[in-house]
Parts: sequence; structure tokens; C-alpha cells
Amino acid sequence: MEAVLGRIGLWFALLLLSIVAIVSAQDSGFAAHMTIIAIVALILIWITAACYDPLAKAQGMFRMPEGPSRYDDDPIRWGVLATIFWGMAGFLAGVFIALQLVFPELNFEPYLSFGRVRPLHTSAVIFAFGGNALIATSFYIVQRTCRTQLAFPGLARFVFWGYQLFIVLAATGYLLGITQSKEYAEPEWYVDLWLTIVWLCYAAVFIGTIVKRREPHIYVANWFFLAFIVTIAMLHVVNNLAMPVSLLGSRSYSAFAGVQDALTQWWYGHNAVGFFLTAGFLAMMYYFVPKQADRPVYSYRLSIIHFWSLIFLYIWAGPHHLHYTALPDWAQTLGMVFSVILWMPSWGGMINGLMTLNGAWDKIRTDPIIRMMAMSLAFYGMSTFEGPMMSIKSVNSLSHYTDWTIGHVHSGALGWNGLITFAAVYYLVPRLWRRERLYSLRMINWHFWLATLGIVFYAASMWVAGVTQGLMWREYGPDGYLVNSFVDTVAALEPMYMMRAFGGLLYLAGAVIMTYNVWMTLAGKVREEASLRNAPHDAEKDRPITAVPAE
Amino acid sequence: MSMTENHKKLERNVTLLAVATFVTVAIGGIVEIAPLFWIDNTVEKVDGMRPYTPLEQAGRDIYIREGCYTCHSQMIRPFRDEVERYGHYSLAAESMYDHPFQWGSKRTGPDLARVGGRYSDEWHVQHLEDPQSVVPESIMPQYSFLSETSLKIGDPSARLIALRRVGVPYSDRDIERAEEDLLAQADPFRNPEDFVERYPKAQIRDFDGKPGRLTEMDALVAYLQMLGTLVDVDSAAAQEELAEEKGR
Repeated sequence: MEAVLGRIGLWFALLLLSIVAIVSAQDSGFAAHMTIIAIVALILIWITAACYDPLAKAQGMFRMPEGPSRYDDDPIRWGVLATIFWGMAGFLAGVFIALQLVFPELNFEPYLSFGRVRPLHTSAVIFAFGGNALIATSFYIVQRTCRTQLAFPGLARFVFWGYQLFIVLAATGYLLGITQSKEYAEPEWYVDLWLTIVWLCYAAVFIGTIVKRREPHIYVANWFFLAFIVTIAMLHVVNNLAMPVSLLGSRSYSAFAGVQDALTQWWYGHNAVGFFLTAGFLAMMYYFVPKQADRPVYSYRLSIIHFWSLIFLYIWAGPHHLHYTALPDWAQTLGMVFSVILWMPSWGGMINGLMTLNGAWDKIRTDPIIRMMAMSLAFYGMSTFEGPMMSIKSVNSLSHYTDWTIGHVHSGALGWNGLITFAAVYYLVPRLWRRERLYSLRMINWHFWLATLGIVFYAASMWVAGVTQGLMWREYGPDGYLVNSFVDTVAALEPMYMMRAFGGLLYLAGAVIMTYNVWMTLAGKVREEASLRNAPHDAEKDRPITAVPAE
Repeated sequence: MSMTENHKKLERNVTLLAVATFVTVAIGGIVEIAPLFWIDNTVEKVDGMRPYTPLEQAGRDIYIREGCYTCHSQMIRPFRDEVERYGHYSLAAESMYDHPFQWGSKRTGPDLARVGGRYSDEWHVQHLEDPQSVVPESIMPQYSFLSETSLKIGDPSARLIALRRVGVPYSDRDIERAEEDLLAQADPFRNPEDFVERYPKAQIRDFDGKPGRLTEMDALVAYLQMLGTLVDVDSAAAQEELAEEKGR
């Protein structure tokens, strides 16, 4: 099975490569050749799948659950693999655009210029890596905490494949220049419609599973998943209201203009952070941290308070992206106040997660997955402190438009979202593929340190870059004139941009180790390595000193 | 009953939980965003704002397509250094016909809200083709393909119709003449008829230095050269005066 999967993966990579080549072909002849290669790869995928045992083929791509006595885990297995695949793609794109900012020669016009690859990077990590992780873990968790199979198994499969199609359409669209330019909502109207359909089906599967639950209570992780699904649906539909130029063309114009469009966009944009990257990932935290630590959630009461206050307050925070712009002052101030208050429920989540380790703190030393989770929560706490601070108008006047924002986003995304997802992947893989354990636990340790070091390089360099830039822009000389031209501030950031790219490379290297570890686990291998838990013991030396008779 | 006892009702009923969640998350947006549509001093009344000409709009679509907004803002904040560097702070009215807005969120490059008229067309063309030849320290990508790509936008009036449907006040004549207007703005030897009356302050010339050929560079430079040139910002009424007017 794994060998077949591996071969299919290889042909699929070839298919993707050839599609990239078709897109970037300079002349039609080259494009035609690449099309042929793509078709060949497609046929090979088909043959590989078809040659494989016909019984398995029947159960193949869309096979249904094995029976009522097992959870329906196939879409989750695919989701975990998709998470890893898109994660690698997104991190790679990130390192690439980071290098473009140091070496502008790396911009290959027209398809691979910074302006087109940057949305590819953000969408790949948020929606492809994060989105697949959320869909897969929500399907896993909702079954376990409701003690029932997924409702509508066919629809669950449609959700997975439909979501992948959304990702491919969005990603290729950016490179082709198809975008509506609203950050994190760049896909055009027809892709948005497709995502709406997929999302409604996702909601149906998730809520349907809760409805047929065998447990009287809905577990706290599911509240967060529910809030994530409901709110993202609302945000997505409202922010993407647009008028297409033609039903056969990609271009559309936003239903709103100027100031209203700006606030609608950042109401969406900030809550993509609040509900996609926070509520959804908190749901993962509420399941995987207690399971891995083997301890109950710290406080039930705290989870109620912080759930309702978090989802209520987050929605208001959007205007802090528009401080000192032409947005009316009252809206800016409202946004600032709610952003500062938001600090509290955010830390409520962090405390509830970290304190779950009460009685299991020693596991931070011995269990690399717990260590990853604890570091992830620490980064969550740090960036949810930094965020409210940056939303204070006077701080924002310095930080806005600078790389400080980029640093803030990445300490949250790489630290919190990335690490908790990696931890969930490490938790899930042996269980989903029924392996005794992961191929290597020590490699998780390597991943942990590479990722952490990478984030430190990334965040630290971007803080320095942001503050430098902000101060240089507003620097006045004794003569009363501005000291720096704009390009002076660009030149000053080059070393920081280099350091950022290095940090990203370390983070990518960690993810490569994870990919290898998961690959070997799937292949059924177990690495021989010293245990992380045991203190050294030498049976030879474990004996009393006996008197040696004098010679 | 304690809070946790009450909460158990929600925890046992997914419909109740979903509805309560939806109501909770809907409030913020309703209170913050909806009033922007009816509080009428949200967007000041200023003289000079007009919809984009077909060529400028085509340039704007290229600006969006290339993701220029990922590095350039179009929103000058009311700070001494920004006003000295870029010009008068941006007014809400200046983006009232922007579907979508292009305020941006990051300045890897400078703000462009008032870049119109600051540089020559030749500078823009050379800078877009090879930024480092004009500004050696620049890290901007090269866009030389724009000069070689003919401007193809299908039916220019279709874009204007779509924009009119979302509220941009294009007249019937604007839509009828969209294609003619597009060609006439980049070619001083064409008869523009009433083009300038319908689009005041519109600049008519060959923008990319290649007469006889309408390229994407023409459109993009036409767009850049009009940014921030429409409104006489010093004549815009202050918010206090607006507030004193009756009915505001």
C-alpha cells in the first residue's frame, strides 16, 4: 500500500511540476510539450492505481468506513498528508519570497514576482497547511469526543477533495495574476463560490456528527470548531461580495468601495486570524494537549468564560489594522479598546492549556511532543500580548506599515499554529496508521529546536527591522528636514532580511525532518535510538564495592 | 443555578450553541461596519472626485494583478513626516470609487497615494522596466514585460458596467464610449470628443513612449500619474465644519 502511495506521489509531483512548466512557458511549443508530460504523469497515476489489487481499488480513493465499529479515518489520513505537503510548499514559498527581498534578481517576471508569490505563500500556509490541519483534526476530534462516526461519509470525502481543488485554483490563480487583492481573501468570485459550497458541506458533516453523538455533552474543542466554521462562513461570504465583469471571466469588482471596503476587509482579515488561526487551533489544543499529557483540562469554568469572551471580542478588533487612516476615529478607537481587552481571553486560553500540564510538567523534559505543545502555547501567549500592544494607536503609529507586523504575524503563525500542528501530526500519525510508535522521537526533538531557533531568528530580525524602519521614516535632523530618503530605509534593512530568510530556512529544515519522520513511519520502520526517558544504566557497574584482598 | 449549570443547556444542544455563537460573533460587525454606510460624514464631500477613466481603470486592474499592494500603501497618515514625504494626508473621499480599496498594509516601498505627477512618464517606464537602473538600492521586481504586452481587456464597457452595478456613477455615454475613451487617452492624435468634459483632469498622451501601440505599460503609468491628482485637498472642509452643518 505504502509503495503504491509512494509511486503515485512521485507521479503526482511530476504532474505538478509539468503544470508549473506549462504556466511559466515562454512559448507555446514548450507549453505543449509540458502538457504532454502532464498527461503522461496523469496516465501513470491512473495505471499505478489501477494495477494495484482490484479489491483495494474498489475501496480506493473514495472508500467508505470499514464498519460501524471503527471511526471513519480515511479523510483524516489524507488530511494529515495534505497538511504536510502544503506545509512544505508554503514554507518553501516563504523562504523564496524572503530571499527575493534580499536578492531582487530572484523575481522572475511575470509569474514569479514577489507581488504574485506573496499571496501564494500566505494562502498556502494559512488555508492549505492550516486549513487541512483544521479539517483533518476536527474530523478526528469530533468523532472521538462524540463517540460516533462522521455523519455523511460521502460528503466528508467531497469536503476534502473539494478543498484541495480550491487550494489549487487559488494558488495557480495568484501566479496567473487572478486576484481581487483583498489580503487573505485573494481568490476571485468563482473560486469563492466553490469554497462556499465546500464550507457548507463541511459544516453539515461537522454539525451532523455532533447531532448523532453518543455523549450527552458537546466537548469544549467542538465549541471552538463550531465557532470557527460558523464565523468563517459569515466572514467569507460578506467580504467576498463582488460583481463579476463577465460570467466567463475571472475579474470582479468588490461590492464595497474605499473606507467601507477597507473595514469590511479587515473585519474579515483580523478574524481570519481570530477564528481560523485562533479558535480552530485552540480546539486542537483542547483535545491534543490533555490527551498527550494524560491530564484533564485545567479549568472547565475558565474554558466557558474564555470561549464566549474570545469570540465576542475578536470580531471588534478589525479597525486596529486601519489606525490613522481615513477610517473614522470612533471606529479606530473602538477597535483599539476591544483589541486591548482581547488580551485577557487570549491568555485565558493559554493558561488553560499550559496549566493542563499541572502534574505532568516533567513531560516537557521527556516527551518532545509535549515540549512542542508547551512552546506553541508560550508563543500564543507572547503574540497575543504583542498584538494588543501593537493595536494601541501610539505604538501602531510606529509599527504600522513596517516589518514589525510581519514579525508579529510570524511569531503567532510559526510559533503557535505551526508547532501545535506539528505536535498534532506527531500525535496522529502512529494512531491513524496503527504503528507502534513514530519512526523516531529524537527527530521530533531536532524539529523542535530547528523550528524554535528559526522563529527566534525570524521574529528578532523583524522586530529590529520594523523599529528601525519606523524610526528612520520619522527621523528629523537639526535642520528640521527629514533625514532619510525612503530608499535609505530599504537599504538599512538588508541584513535583517537576510537573517529572516535564514530563520525561515531553519524552520523549513525542521519541517523536512518531520516529513522524513512521517514518511518512514508510514513505511513501517522504527529507528533504533536511545530512549528520551531513561537515565543511563550500566548493569555491570550496578554492584557494591567489595573488599579486594591484599596481594 | 450557577453559570456552569446554565451553560450545560448550551452544551447539550448544538442548535442552541450554534445560534448563540452566531449572535455573539455578529454583534461586533453590525455595530462597527454598518454605520459607515449611513453616517454621511464618514466620506467627506470634496470637489474633483470622479470615476476612473477606462485606461486608468485598466491600469488599476494591472496594479492589482501584479500585487503592488503587497509592498505599496495608498494611505497617507496625518503625521508630519508622512505629510512631508508623501503629501497631504489621504481623505476617505479619495478612495470612494475604489472597488476594491488599495490602502495596503505594508510599505516595503513608498506610499503611492499621491505619486501622480511627481515623476515623468519616462522615469516610470524605466523604473518599472528595471528599478535598479534608476534606484540602485531598490529591491522592487522588474516589470519589463508590461512594455511588450499589448493591453487586452476584452470589452472595456463591461468593466464599467460591472463598476456601475456596485455604485460607481458612470453615465450611459461613458459606457457607450468606453473603448473609444480608452484608445483616445493614450493617443493624442485621436479625437477625444467630450472625453475631458466627462473625466476632468484626465491626462491625454502616449504614456509608455511607444506611439502607435497601446501596452499594459500605458495603462499602468496612466493610473500612477493620476493618483492623488483629482482632489484639491486644501479646499476640503474640516470635520468640525461638516459636523456643524445641518443634518450631519
